[in-house]
Amino acid sequence: MVTHEDGGGHGHHQAPSGFIRKYVFSIDHKVIGIQYLSLALFSVFVGMALSALMRLHLGWPTAKWFFFKGGLMTPEQYLALMTMHGTIMVFMVLTTAPQSGFGNYFLPIQIGAADMAFPVLNMLSFWTTFLSLLVMIAAFFVTGGAPIGGWTSYPPLSALGEMAGPGQGAGETLWIIGLAIFCGASLMGALNFITTLIDLRAKGMTLGRLPLTCWTWFVTAILGLLAFGVLLAACILLLLDRVAGTSFFIPGGLVVTDQVVTWHKGGSPLLWQHLFWFFGHPEVYIAILPGMGVASHLLSTFSRKPVFGYRAMVGAVCGIGFLGFCVWGHHMFISGMSPYSAFAFSILTMTIGVPSAIKTFNWLGTLWGGKIQFNVAMLFALGFVSLFVSGGLSGLFLAQPSLDLYLHDGYFVVAHFHLIMGVAAIFGMFAGMYFWFPKMFGRFLSEGIGKVHFWLTFVGVYAIFMPMHFLGLAGHPRRYFDTTAVGFLGPLQPVHVFISVAAFITISAQFLFLFNFFWSLKAGKEAKEENPWHATTLEWSIPSPPPHDNFGGVEPVVYHGPYEFSVPGAADDYIPQHLAPNLVRKA
Amino acid sequence: MLRRQEERGSTSVALAMAIFLVLMTVVTVYIFMAKVWWFPPAITNLGHEIDAQFVRTLLITGIVFVAAQFGLAIAVYKFRDHGQKATYFEGNNTMEILWTLATVVLFVGLGLYARNAWAQVHFVGASEGAIPIELTGQQFAWNFRYPGPDGKFGRTKPELVSASTGNPIGLDPTDPASKDDIVSPVAAVPAGREVELILRSQDVTHSFYVRELRLKQDAVPGMEIHIHFTANTPGEYELACAELCGLGHYRMHSVVTVMSEADYEKWLKDQAAANQ
Amino acid sequence: MPGTVTEDIEIIDAGHGGGTGTPAGGDDDSGSPGSRRPVPRRAYFTALQLGLAAIVMFFMALASSYIVRKGLGTDWQRTPMPPVVWFNTVILLVSSVTIIVARRKLERGAREAFRTWWTVTTGLGLLFLVGQVIAWRGLAAAGMLLSTNPSSSFFYLLTAAHGAHLAGGIFALLYVTFRQWKRSRISQATAAELTSIYWHFMDGLWVFLLVLLTLGR
Repeated sequence: MVTHEDGGGHGHHQAPSGFIRKYVFSIDHKVIGIQYLSLALFSVFVGMALSALMRLHLGWPTAKWFFFKGGLMTPEQYLALMTMHGTIMVFMVLTTAPQSGFGNYFLPIQIGAADMAFPVLNMLSFWTTFLSLLVMIAAFFVTGGAPIGGWTSYPPLSALGEMAGPGQGAGETLWIIGLAIFCGASLMGALNFITTLIDLRAKGMTLGRLPLTCWTWFVTAILGLLAFGVLLAACILLLLDRVAGTSFFIPGGLVVTDQVVTWHKGGSPLLWQHLFWFFGHPEVYIAILPGMGVASHLLSTFSRKPVFGYRAMVGAVCGIGFLGFCVWGHHMFISGMSPYSAFAFSILTMTIGVPSAIKTFNWLGTLWGGKIQFNVAMLFALGFVSLFVSGGLSGLFLAQPSLDLYLHDGYFVVAHFHLIMGVAAIFGMFAGMYFWFPKMFGRFLSEGIGKVHFWLTFVGVYAIFMPMHFLGLAGHPRRYFDTTAVGFLGPLQPVHVFISVAAFITISAQFLFLFNFFWSLKAGKEAKEENPWHATTLEWSIPSPPPHDNFGGVEPVVYHGPYEFSVPGAADDYIPQHLAPNLVRKA
Repeated sequence: MLRRQEERGSTSVALAMAIFLVLMTVVTVYIFMAKVWWFPPAITNLGHEIDAQFVRTLLITGIVFVAAQFGLAIAVYKFRDHGQKATYFEGNNTMEILWTLATVVLFVGLGLYARNAWAQVHFVGASEGAIPIELTGQQFAWNFRYPGPDGKFGRTKPELVSASTGNPIGLDPTDPASKDDIVSPVAAVPAGREVELILRSQDVTHSFYVRELRLKQDAVPGMEIHIHFTANTPGEYELACAELCGLGHYRMHSVVTVMSEADYEKWLKDQAAANQ
Repeated sequence: MPGTVTEDIEIIDAGHGGGTGTPAGGDDDSGSPGSRRPVPRRAYFTALQLGLAAIVMFFMALASSYIVRKGLGTDWQRTPMPPVVWFNTVILLVSSVTIIVARRKLERGAREAFRTWWTVTTGLGLLFLVGQVIAWRGLAAAGMLLSTNPSSSFFYLLTAAHGAHLAGGIFALLYVTFRQWKRSRISQATAAELTSIYWHFMDGLWVFLLVLLTLGR
């Protein structure tokens, strides 16, 4: 029931004119994709700054810094940094860039469409996301500051208001509202993606010829469509508990710092956890799936070989998506939930390791027998595989409740999710950026600077996050302001120093990327050919940057699968998807 | 053209990647195997079982870890572009089926194998004769309560909670069962006897965590959660809160001391005398 | 098969192997106006179904919270169903009939009759919302407010959430009435069909919520 009017009025989609229509309130999916990527780029640096401050404190808890009142960070400041770091990274970086950023830009092109199904809705979803970011950041600036309950915001801590802690007043309220707005934006985006994929594919672009990037954007959008509504409901319930005196999550008989809470009773803190994690688990698959798609795509392109087991890869993506809705309880083994349900969730979680393993085998199979080229995009794709293996395997420990008894809420968990989300997923984004930058901007990112960026980052992230497993083995709980108050944590302080040093080096390396990005926009090596990588998918058949309507008004026709590399009998080591069979040069 | 430039540099890059992957893997495996950082020794029978399951899991994941990272290293080096043609194959159904089955058996098998330890913790309750101890968490302190000789816990009321006047859990003095209750910020338990811990919280969710017991359990307001354990080895063991509960989360800790039966009885008597 | 023939799509012969667009790069397409392929009609129906799926998930989250919260604790108190709610339900069900009638009229080209029945539907929808507000006032007068007890909390929340979505439907009804359809990509009949699917869904959702609230009273 949403019709779109582009102002032309003749059913034609004319290029917009004027700065505002072209770059601000644009309905062009390419501009919107870049807007999302810009939002993510800004957010990731904010998120890194927050974590830099955290690591500064964790490494040297007694050192005095001029930017803290009295020289020292307070516990509530640390917790606020941690909460906003997690929130901004998960939502404003990992849920935006891989899906809404690259997906918006390249999904329509890779399927041969001129734009998304609903361009105006697309524009709305970006600006709504932008609004949610503003609301969230505002939490830093209100009385009490940003919330301290973690990105998971468990009640009663998150529901009792200011009495539960600093930042839990206005800051927490803004956080919830910002998140609710984000839910709306994501639902709009998901709807657009799925409709576009189902209904706007060009002639010949069957599901079996979809690039794996498109498959992951597809399944990710389905996850988002079904999960964000649940988070929205949870946010509304939490907000009502805070401002309207309801008791969905707050039980009776509470005494908070000697004050008896008489105005709440009967609620269940576990109810929030169920709602949140029912959303939260699919959310982490939303964060990683597009990166998997990019990895598959690049491993194939730069090994000059088809993806090994394309159908199994698609099956694995769908399997991960489906099972992703069945495992949320593994975040709640220790919560007081039924231990029988816990065991069921455990087996399901072990099962979800299977499609992930299949993908890993198939990535190796893609490389095997290939002709590997080591440009920076490929380096990040290779790094993705290594990091995904490292991060994924620790999941096998955490999926067993008997082991989780020891490891839950400790640094082993922090290592696990950072390796997968905070690194592998980010590597997927970097890989995509180095790969697609020439198409988006008509220039290459500098490979020289890129290589330095890659190596510093790859070594750096292992140096940061591998040691966290060992902290976890030693029993170090997470979300701890410092190690001074618990005896057994004292001997672990040197590990914190090591991690912090590694973190600072790695964070510094990201400024290389930032420089590379902006410098290359103006002065990078020009990408005059349409297809410098000799890739096969449709975006490489149009100019760099693409014209406003992508294919110049001509609907492409697709004749081949997406990974026809080194086909026996062909003269070139790649066959573009749109190349008519009679035009394929024979060897 | 771009590709030819990559060809020239590819051996050094491939080598660097392969060497890093191998080094990273070897260092990581070494640190795990040498137990440079490891759990403290378990003090319960259950704890030993959990440790055994951990080692089993470590072995399996370790083998997969080494195989995958080494496989990546080998692939990257062996198939770097040095002028060869890539081999065109789209997959191998047999291999696909084989490694899927192997993974299912391995992963799900591992999960099923772990049932036993979990069942012991949660599928059965404490047995008759276990010592009941109530543990109440609050921002930011733990308070243990022993029922005393009458074996009954007295009534508590939220309105009576007052840390400043020495009634942190709101014990109701009008209830006769309260008279012999012992409230203490630390716990003592006799070695070799089963303890039933009843977890409560006054304000937000906290979590009971003692490493040597290999036990962790959230203390949720509005719920009374029972867990049980039998500690065998005397010693002092730290309890650290394991669920974010506010700004004092990092300093919400206590000590559980496991001692001989005789010392335990003495401790109880001393506590009772101090409470008068 | 993607890109199949519907009345809205032009089939463009892309027999030449390249399929590349105009060589001019950049956002500015000043060289060629480039007519864009219209979005197929069925895409709107796909989008609607997806939207409904998301709405279902939202209400399922609320409904399951309702069931869980009711099962816990001892503070669940019956919230009496204000009698006007039954009246509102009938109104909504009738509006589902009138919307079907309206569409039939449009199919037969009876534009005036269509407008009449469509306006009746819109009016009934508005009447439903007014009736819900009356129901709320009745509850409030009886001392049952949002925070009184969990049963009343859910009553207000579920009816408000439904009401908000229904208001969206009323907006769609008005849009169909007042939009200039000549300049649009889809026909008024298509828009009416989409709106009516949404409307029936809101109807069904209301019945579901009513059953939930009645059983859980």
